[in-house]
This record gives sequence, structure tokens and C-alpha cells, in this order.
Amino acid sequence: MVNQEAVFFSRVLTELTLSFHIIYATIGVGVPLMIMIAQWVGIKKQDEHYILLARRWTRGFVITVAVGVVTGTAIGLQLSLLWPNFMELAGNVIALPLFMETFAFFFEAIFLGIYIYTWDRFKNQKKHLLLLIPVALGASFSALFITIVNAFMNAPQGFDIVKGQLVNVSPLVAMFNPAMPTKVAHVLSTAYMTSAFVLASIGAYRLLIKGTKHVYHKKALFLTMKLGLIFSVATAVIGDFSGKYLAEYQPEKLAAAEWHFETEKGAPLYLYGVLDNGEVKYALKIPFGLSILAHSNPNAEVIGLDRFPDNEEPPLYIHYLFDLMVTLGMGLTFLAFVYVLGVHRKWRIIFKKWFSWLLVLCGPMAVIAIEAGWWMAEVGRQPWILRGIMRTSEAATGSGQVDTMLMLFSLLYLILGIGSILVLIRMFRKNPVEQELADRDAERAGDLK
Amino acid sequence: MTLEILGITVLGVFLFGYIIVASIDFGAGFFNAFSVVTGKEHILTRVIQRYLSPVWEVTNVFLVFFFVGMVGFFPKTAYYYGSTLLVPASIATILLAIRGAYYAFTIYGGLKYRRYTILYGLTGLFIPASLSIVLVISEGGFVTIRNGGPELDYWVLFTSPLAWSIVVLSLTSVLYISAVFLTWYAQKAKDYNAANLLRKYALAWAGPAIITASGIIVEMRTHNPEHYERLLDLWWMFGLSVLFFAGTVYLLWRRIAYGFAFVLLAGQFTAAFLAYGISHYPYLLYPYLTIYDGFTNKAMATALVTAFIAGLCLLIPSLYLLLKLFLFNKDYVQGNRNDHV
Ligand code: HDD
Ligand code: HEM
Ligand code: HEM
Repeated sequence: MVNQEAVFFSRVLTELTLSFHIIYATIGVGVPLMIMIAQWVGIKKQDEHYILLARRWTRGFVITVAVGVVTGTAIGLQLSLLWPNFMELAGNVIALPLFMETFAFFFEAIFLGIYIYTWDRFKNQKKHLLLLIPVALGASFSALFITIVNAFMNAPQGFDIVKGQLVNVSPLVAMFNPAMPTKVAHVLSTAYMTSAFVLASIGAYRLLIKGTKHVYHKKALFLTMKLGLIFSVATAVIGDFSGKYLAEYQPEKLAAAEWHFETEKGAPLYLYGVLDNGEVKYALKIPFGLSILAHSNPNAEVIGLDRFPDNEEPPLYIHYLFDLMVTLGMGLTFLAFVYVLGVHRKWRIIFKKWFSWLLVLCGPMAVIAIEAGWWMAEVGRQPWILRGIMRTSEAATGSGQVDTMLMLFSLLYLILGIGSILVLIRMFRKNPVEQELADRDAERAGDLK
Repeated sequence: MTLEILGITVLGVFLFGYIIVASIDFGAGFFNAFSVVTGKEHILTRVIQRYLSPVWEVTNVFLVFFFVGMVGFFPKTAYYYGSTLLVPASIATILLAIRGAYYAFTIYGGLKYRRYTILYGLTGLFIPASLSIVLVISEGGFVTIRNGGPELDYWVLFTSPLAWSIVVLSLTSVLYISAVFLTWYAQKAKDYNAANLLRKYALAWAGPAIITASGIIVEMRTHNPEHYERLLDLWWMFGLSVLFFAGTVYLLWRRIAYGFAFVLLAGQFTAAFLAYGISHYPYLLYPYLTIYDGFTNKAMATALVTAFIAGLCLLIPSLYLLLKLFLFNKDYVQGNRNDHV
């Protein structure tokens, strides 16, 4: 028996927890790599500024990690609490990457503990940098493993169901499903991209809005924008492959995202627009666009929603989310490109106030793109929790208390969200870079005496 | 050894690991809050921050490992326990989040308020209480199958003497384990004031811990006679456990060999945990679910065991490094080095 109310509240609670966790998780995956790059550049160039950059980022990072850990623990438990039927089935087929993820967590947590408590302990700075490698690897591997689980939900394979019984289970086949390569690559590259832009925002804010002219901030901004550019180009390329994957294996998701109703050859692409009684209005129409995007061939046939029964169609509003993600992705790539080139060519535009504001907004924009992308991908899988096999409504708990739990968790996330922002701001206010650089110089002078 | 036994053994080891490391963490938070309320703060805070801050995330992963591994090896537990534990497990999660927030905001972020410290201390009592509900439920009698789905009967739960005994046991053991460990740690840190205070706490909680533990066996007799019989068959393991207990108390009393006292304590809890686990066999949830009908398929089991062995090869050296740097490093423990980022 399906308890509709429990299904509804379970969905809302899952959406809420994941949408909140993903912000901290993305930062958790990307920032260690950024810290590593900054510290490495610092050691290579013997430049104190980059080392301090790494150090200050780490201080902020431990706070976001802590929130990532608690929200991750929450979602991990909630998967079993809210979707017991799904987890029973999933446990039989896709438990392996979930299990391996915990080892990645162990690895990350252990070395992070060591890394943050051993600044200045080693004479040779490279040794300290080495400790960061397992942290970055652990974080990226946890993203890899959890994304494999999510890919499996989109393209389940590696088992058969015969007379209601699970047979022929093959954990490795389940892991290496068709959705996995593009999904993992896209999630990782967006995590690196978002982290670079979030750090760039901080630098831009300090440098351009606050009016400090310290070269430390210039170095920080330039480094992070360069990294942001590299990863946003990678993201766009991999995003294109993700679209091609959808056309091949989940055509209903692509069709819903592109408002492509009739299966046809030489399909056009609609950008933006609104849907009015099943009709697309005010959209930018690019002839043959969808066929090119989906199959790299203007005459290729693209499957439309007409091939699917009504009760298996994903909600059509995912079109807006898709547009939002792609627009932000393209916009950020362009912005980073202009900035990096502008620094080389000494363009005046990059010092303009409005441009500075755009740079400050990079981080929030990337985070919004992440949210839009996940919502598009997850809502686009509906009504299935395991595509073609189990419906979301069949997977949920029958418990009558989910609404109360939803309220409790909402309150918790509100407090965690506000708390982490306040603490981060306070931390860097109380200890400005200029002060810290001066302190370090004084300390060094003391050592020499 | 069958794959089922191997699976439950792996999970048992990590559950036991969590019980010990988390007890130290929970109890320490409570003592810290207690010392703030009674105006003795500076005695304990330093010791607690030195030991706990670098390892709290690792402690949390033990828990994550346990519940993820449980669903992996025994997917049916997701169905039975997932459906019934929504409220207690959600509350435990929220309380765990409060603890994580305390580390993030207060220890790393420098936001210090008395209220936080006290709240943090109290979660150290409420988390074990809400987590121990899982053990209570596993004894059977609290879950009924209705409308085709398992449901938890809260009224029966809240009026059950067994449930309350297990909750109280979890509290007393948390405080006892924590106090014994921290006594040793403070001694190593040459922080004799803290060591003396903690030793007092350890001795104070020793009695309640052993009394509540014995109480459970008595309660079990009426609640679950089958389990009770099996417990009695293992009387010698409980006897061993009591012997270890006496050893710990003796050493603490004479103020000698605190390190060895903690080893004996670990022995006491290992013996009791093993005896409890063995007598619980083969049930995961009386009387609905055994480890045999809840087990995953062979291919997944083999894959999980392989992954586990590969994982251990990474994990053990890393854990060793962590302990070496923070638990067995004289300079660090005594506070001569800080090096915090
Ligand atoms: C910074 C964030 C960000 C940016 C700029 C982009 N994406 Fe994205 N996208 C994601 C963040 C993201 C994501 C959050 O990582 C998603 C959600 C689920 C997933 O697998 O990745 C995603 C999913 C996702 C999917 C669905 C995959 C699936 O459901 O299997 C497609 C087709 C694209 N993206 C395509 C693109 C294209 C063509 C982009 C052009 C620039 C683009 N994305 C930019
Ligand atoms: C192991 C990986 C994942 C699992 C098992 C999982 C599980 C689920 C489940 C059970 C639902 C159904 C609820 C619903 O239909 O509303 C869902 C939807 C959703 N999930 Fe995932 N998810 C995974 C990965 C993610 C990640 C990483 C995100 C990132 C934020 C995410 C975001 C969402 C969102 C936003 C929805 C809402 C869809 C809707 O409105 O219908 N999911 N997910
Ligand atoms: C349904 C989806 C998810 C589940 C069940 C989940 C589970 C968890 C759990 C249990 C933790 C805490 C681990 C600990 O105690 O240290 C955690 C943290 C983390 N998660 Fe998630 N997670 C999900 C989605 C994601 C995604 C999509 C990513 C990456 C893109 C991710 C990356 C991380 C990272 C890096 C951490 C470590 C904390 C940090 O560095 O911020 N998770 N997650």
C-alpha cells in the first residue's frame, strides 16, 4: 500500500537534504585540489603568498567539511529511512560503490585530520603537501563512487528479475553502467570548476569591492580564474557528451528538457521560451540544433516524448533548469576567458566596477548551476527511482512521521547554513591577510636573530 | 566460516570500534560541559580539544561504515529497520549534526558560547540513548507487521523496562569508558589536575556501569527467554568480563598503570560485546529476520569482502599514522606543539 503523504514528504526531505549537502560536498571535492595547487605553486616559486593562500583556504575548508560530514551522514541514513524498499533492492546490486565510498571517507578524514594539525611541523614543506594528496584523492573518489550509484539509478543493469526474484547479480556490471562515464566526469569537473569560482569570488570581493590593492589578492584571483577557465571548458565539453548519452539511453529526459514532443529527423533546438498549453512560445529556435547536439549530425532522428506513455513522462519544467545550467556554464566560461585574456592584454574593462561585480558573482552562479543541474537530472528521471524498474512512489516508507522530520531537518539546515556563513566571515574578518603577512614577517625576523 | 558469519563479523568489529571511540567522544563532551557548569572548565577543556579535534570525523566514519555496510551485507535490514527507525534515527542524526557543528563553529571557527558547550555536552548523552534504541528493537516485541509493512509500537517501547535498562546502560558505559580513557590520556599529557578529576569520574561511574549491565540480563529473562537462555550458556564470557572490570577498578584505585587499566576495560567490553553478539545469533531482528534470510547474494558478498580487504590495506597504515601523530606523540599530547592551520 502506498502512503501518498509519506511519498510526498519523503521526496521533499530528500530534495532538501541533497540540495543542501551538494553545496558542501562540491566544495569538499574541489577545494582540496585548489589548496594543493596553491601550495605547490608556493613551494615551486618559493612565494609566501601562495602558501598563505593555501593555509587560509584550508582554515575555511575545515568548516565546510564539517558541515559536509554531518549533512552527508544525514543523507546516508535517510536513504534507508525514507526509501527502504529502494535500498533493499539497491543493497543487493549497487552496494559495492557505496561501501567503497566509506573507505574513501576514512582515507580523507584521517589525512585531513593530520594535514590540518601538522602545519609547520615538517622542515620540508613538500612532505606536508604530500599529506594533502590522500585528502584530495579521497574526496574525489567519494564523489566518483556516489555518482556511480546515481548513474545506476538512471541506467540500471547488472541483474535480472525473474518471477520477482533478483538473479544473476553482477556488481561490476552494475557499476560500469552506460550513464557512469559522462556522469562521473561531469560531476567531478563541475566540482573543480565551482570550487575555483567560489574561491575567485572571495578574491574578487577583497580586491575590487573592498579596494585593497594587495598583490596577494591579485595572485589569488588570477590563479583561481585560470583554473576556473580550464575546468569550465572541460565542463562544457563533458556536458555535451552527457547530452549525447541521454539521447542514446534516456531519450525521455532529453526530450523533456528540450521540449521535443514529436520524434523527428533534423530536430530543432529551443532555447528559453515558455510553455503555453503544450505550445512553445517566445523561444529561440535553432534549426537542426537538437539533432546536432544529440547525435552530431543535422539529419539524425531524435526520439520525442510521443514514444513514451503519459505516466512515464518527466515533468516538463526541467527545461528551465537545463537552460539555467547551460547559460550559467557558458556565461562563466566567457567571463573567465575575458578576465584571463584581459590580464595578459591589460584590458581596461577588467577593472571596471560592473565587471568586478560579475567576478564576485562567479561563485554563487556556479553553485546555482550545480543545483539546477542536479534538479534537472533527478526530476528528469521521474517517475522512476530506478529507471524502468521501480517507481519513486513504490520505494518510499509508509511511516506517518515524515512531515515532522521534515520540519526538524529544515530547522537544522537553516542553522547550519547560517552558522557556517557567519563563522567563515568572522574568521577572515578577525584575521586579515595583511595582518597575517606582517605577523609572519615579524616571526621570521625573530627566527633570524 | 560462511560468508554470512564473515559479514556480520566485519560489521561487528566496526560497531564495536564505533562504540569505543564514540563513547570517548560523547563522554568527553559531557564532562567538559559539566566542568563548565561547575566552574572547573580549564582543567578539562585542553585535554579534550587535543585529543578529540583531529579525530572526530574519523569517529563519524565508523558509524557511516556500519550502516552502509549493514545495507550492503544485509539489504533486508534496510526494509525492516529503515521502515521502523525513522524517528529515533532522525533524532540521532540531528544530534550528531549538533556535535559536528560544535567542532566546526567553536573549535575551528572560534565561536565560543557557554550555551553551545552545554548543548554539545548534552548531545553526548542523548545520542547513545537514541542509538541504543536499535539494540532494544532488535530484541523483538516492538515491531509488528501491519498493512504489509513493519511498524514500531512506541507505547510498548516507552513502557518497556528492558528498553529503559538498555538506554541507561548506554549512558553509564559511555561515561565510564570515556573517563577511564581520558584519565590515561591526561596522565600522558602530564596534566595531573585533569587526570585526578577524571579518575574520580571513572571510579564514580564504574559501579553504575556494572550494575546496569547486570540488570539487562535480568530484564532479558522476561522479555526474550530464548535470548536469555543463550546468554546463560555463555556465562563464562561474562565472568571474564567482570574479572577485567575488577582489574580496571583496582588499577585506578591504586593510581597505577592507567594505560593497562584502559586495555583491561577494552577487554571487559570486548568479552561482553562478543557474548551478547554470539547469543543474539542468528537473529538480526527477533523473530523476523536472521542473518541467513537477510543476506545479500553471493556475487555482492564476495565483492564486498574483497573491497573490504583492499580497504583495510589502506586503512590500517593510515590509522596507525594518525595514532602515532596524535595519541603516541609526546610533544603533541603534552601540548608542546600546536601546528594547527
Ligand atoms: C557548475 C555546474 C554545471 C555547469 C556549468 C554545467 N553543468 Fe551540466 N550538470 C551539472 C552541473 C553543471 C551537475 C550538477 O553536475 C549534473 C547534475 C547531475 C549530473 O550528473 O551532473 C549536470 C547534469 C547534466 C546533464 C544530465 C546528465 C544526466 O542526467 O545523466 C546534461 C545533459 C548536462 N549536464 C549538460 C551540460 C551542458 C551541455 C553544459 C554546458 C555548458 C553544462 N551541463 C554545464
Ligand atoms: C546515490 C545517489 C543518489 C540517490 C540514491 C538519490 C536518491 C533519490 C531519490 C530516492 C529521489 C526521489 C525523490 C523524488 O522523486 O523527489 C531523488 C530525487 C532527487 N535527488 Fe537524488 N539521489 C542521489 C543522488 C543525488 C544527488 C547527488 C543529488 C544532488 C543534489 C540529488 C538530488 C535530488 C533531487 C533534487 C531530487 C528531487 C527530484 C524530484 O523532485 O522529484 N540526488 N533522489
Ligand atoms: C545520495 C547521495 C549522497 C550520499 C548518500 C552521501 C553520503 C555522504 C556521507 C555519509 C558523508 C559523511 C562522511 C563522513 O562521515 O566523513 C558525506 C560527505 C561527503 N560527500 Fe556526500 N553523499 C552523497 C552525495 C554526494 C555527492 C554527489 C558528492 C560529490 C559530488 C559527495 C561528496 C562528498 C564529500 C567530498 C564528502 C566529505 C565531506 C566534505 O569533504 O565536504 N556526496 N557524503
